[in-house]
Amino acid sequence: MLVAAAFDFSDFMQQVVSGLASGGIYALLALALVIIHRSTGVINFAQGEMATLSAYIAWTLIVNHGWSYWPAFVVTLALSFAGGIGIHRAVIRPVERGSVLRIVIVTIGLLVAINGFVIWKWGGEPQQLQGPFGTKTYDLGGVVVAAHDIGTIAVALGIVGLLWLFFRFTKVGLALRAAAVNPEEARLVGVRVTWMLALGWGLAATLGAVAGMLTAPTVGLDPQMMQAVLIYAFAAAVLGGIDSPIGAVVGGLLLGVLLNMLSYLSQYGAFDWFTEELRLPAALLIILAVLLVRPTGIFGRPEVKRV
Amino acid sequence: MTPRTQRLIGFVAFAAFVVFVAVLPAFVSDFKARDYSYVGIYLIALLGLNILTGYTGQISLGHGAFMAIGGYTTAILMAGNEEFGGPISGGMKDVWTLPIAGLVAGLVGLAFGIPALRLSGLYLALATFAIAVAMPSTVKRFEEFTGGGSGIQLFGTPELTGSISNVEILGVSLTPNDWMYYLAWSIALVAFAVAWLILRGRTGRAFRAVRDSETAAVSSGVSLARYKTLAFGISAAYAGVAGGLFAIASAFVNPDAFPIALSIYLLVGIVVGGLGGLSGLVFGAIFIFYLPLWAQGQDLGSLLPDRIIVETQKPGGAAIVYGVILILLMFVIPNGVGGLFRRVGQLISNRRYSRPK
Repeated sequence: MLVAAAFDFSDFMQQVVSGLASGGIYALLALALVIIHRSTGVINFAQGEMATLSAYIAWTLIVNHGWSYWPAFVVTLALSFAGGIGIHRAVIRPVERGSVLRIVIVTIGLLVAINGFVIWKWGGEPQQLQGPFGTKTYDLGGVVVAAHDIGTIAVALGIVGLLWLFFRFTKVGLALRAAAVNPEEARLVGVRVTWMLALGWGLAATLGAVAGMLTAPTVGLDPQMMQAVLIYAFAAAVLGGIDSPIGAVVGGLLLGVLLNMLSYLSQYGAFDWFTEELRLPAALLIILAVLLVRPTGIFGRPEVKRV
Repeated sequence: MTPRTQRLIGFVAFAAFVVFVAVLPAFVSDFKARDYSYVGIYLIALLGLNILTGYTGQISLGHGAFMAIGGYTTAILMAGNEEFGGPISGGMKDVWTLPIAGLVAGLVGLAFGIPALRLSGLYLALATFAIAVAMPSTVKRFEEFTGGGSGIQLFGTPELTGSISNVEILGVSLTPNDWMYYLAWSIALVAFAVAWLILRGRTGRAFRAVRDSETAAVSSGVSLARYKTLAFGISAAYAGVAGGLFAIASAFVNPDAFPIALSIYLLVGIVVGGLGGLSGLVFGAIFIFYLPLWAQGQDLGSLLPDRIIVETQKPGGAAIVYGVILILLMFVIPNGVGGLFRRVGQLISNRRYSRPK
């Protein structure tokens, strides 16, 4: 049963902060999934592997070529952006017409191929990628928080903010939204829709790269690193409403905190059947419960179709 | 081609295929027969998934979990779970567990189909994916029922037909591998015929109506609730039978026998075989069973330079080959092998009927 006496507020807050940090990473990857879903209409199964590849590129620049963190960060983002556009031009565009499942299978093919490539190039053993924020901890009114967690939250929210400004206030951002909402009419008013879709893939790859570089320092850089994160991001995106960028961010943060709360409460014996192994299934179950009440996610709007 | 000749050609092709399946073991090594039985098992699962996804338009990323339910039903009915502290004593002969495996998985599928009614598209995909993700840890959690992570061993148990000695059936003596082959394929062929019967009539028409437009289907009096849950139930029952056979063929079940990747590869199988078609699925099954093996580089053939073959034999190389082939295949045959069949059929009939008199 619940042991209320053992409840410790600062411990609780610590869990919330670290939940927000992992939630920030889920939010970034979920946002990438939402951007691609809005433009291409599919879930990009390769999103996690693309992020892993980016993290390995950053690792190579830092460890093998002796770069310092931030230049490597920027160059990796640029390379990932170009890579995302390249993937769209090379393999997605040729299959864009026709069944959606065909694109899904192509992204599964990409997942397998990129994962194979990473193992082939860098081997399967885990590597160390140092984070830029060190291992310091800060004491904020009795709540001990790790610098890495604060940094992760700041970077995630910063990127989300920049992206919002881009979509809201630039002409290209407007064109991107137009191409996603109504490709035919966007084309009529002079938007180069194909390039906008490619740009969407580039942005998604960039977001993934940030998520990958933020994940590597805590869980260790290995070829399977982003697979669980992708499942969480998928869940977060669906929870928020698959077409809603705000939903993806809120869903990601909520999920991060929720997962940490589940393990936190179980240590107080609240759910003694709850083991670490059931973390993912339990999270998915809660999301399903939410979906049954709101079938298009928290921020999603039901689609109205003309027959 | 009139529909009647089309159907006639279909019957002849099916009969020819049955004969082919029946005589094949005589021409290949005993060891190969066991491999081919896995192709038959995958075919059953693909038939089921295609009824749900290809014909009714509901994406499932969790069919591996329904296979797991079937596999565990079979294993528990055969070996029992008393040794782990469960209530079932087992002792049922392997073949008789298969209908029950199908029934249990089918009922779970029906039960899952009801909440799934509220979801569509990617939301449904996530919901089904959730069962696939939850399955291994749930199995491990209820250890006293399922044997936990180490699973249930069936090899050498008296319930397993032909685990060591030959099998006498209808006066013929079959090696264990041949027995497995004939068991899997006779069920697969029956499953094929049943799927064809379901899909050709009123039910199949309702499924396709739901797939093409839910609103239009409802307006013409098709009950979405009934047909969507029915599709889920039938499809899960197919997966359950396939899972039961899988357990018998490998004489073993554990949570890792039904990984998340299995659910995804089943989806790959129906797209490669051709959505909304049945005969192409044979190729889908061959594809998902053989391509991973082929991509290991052992049979990569002399088409490629030695240097590339050496590189693909490094860890990860096989996966690169697999992924690239999957992508190329989607470029070359957009509608799967089934689509290719239809295209060829059209070309032939166009030629025939457009010839000047």
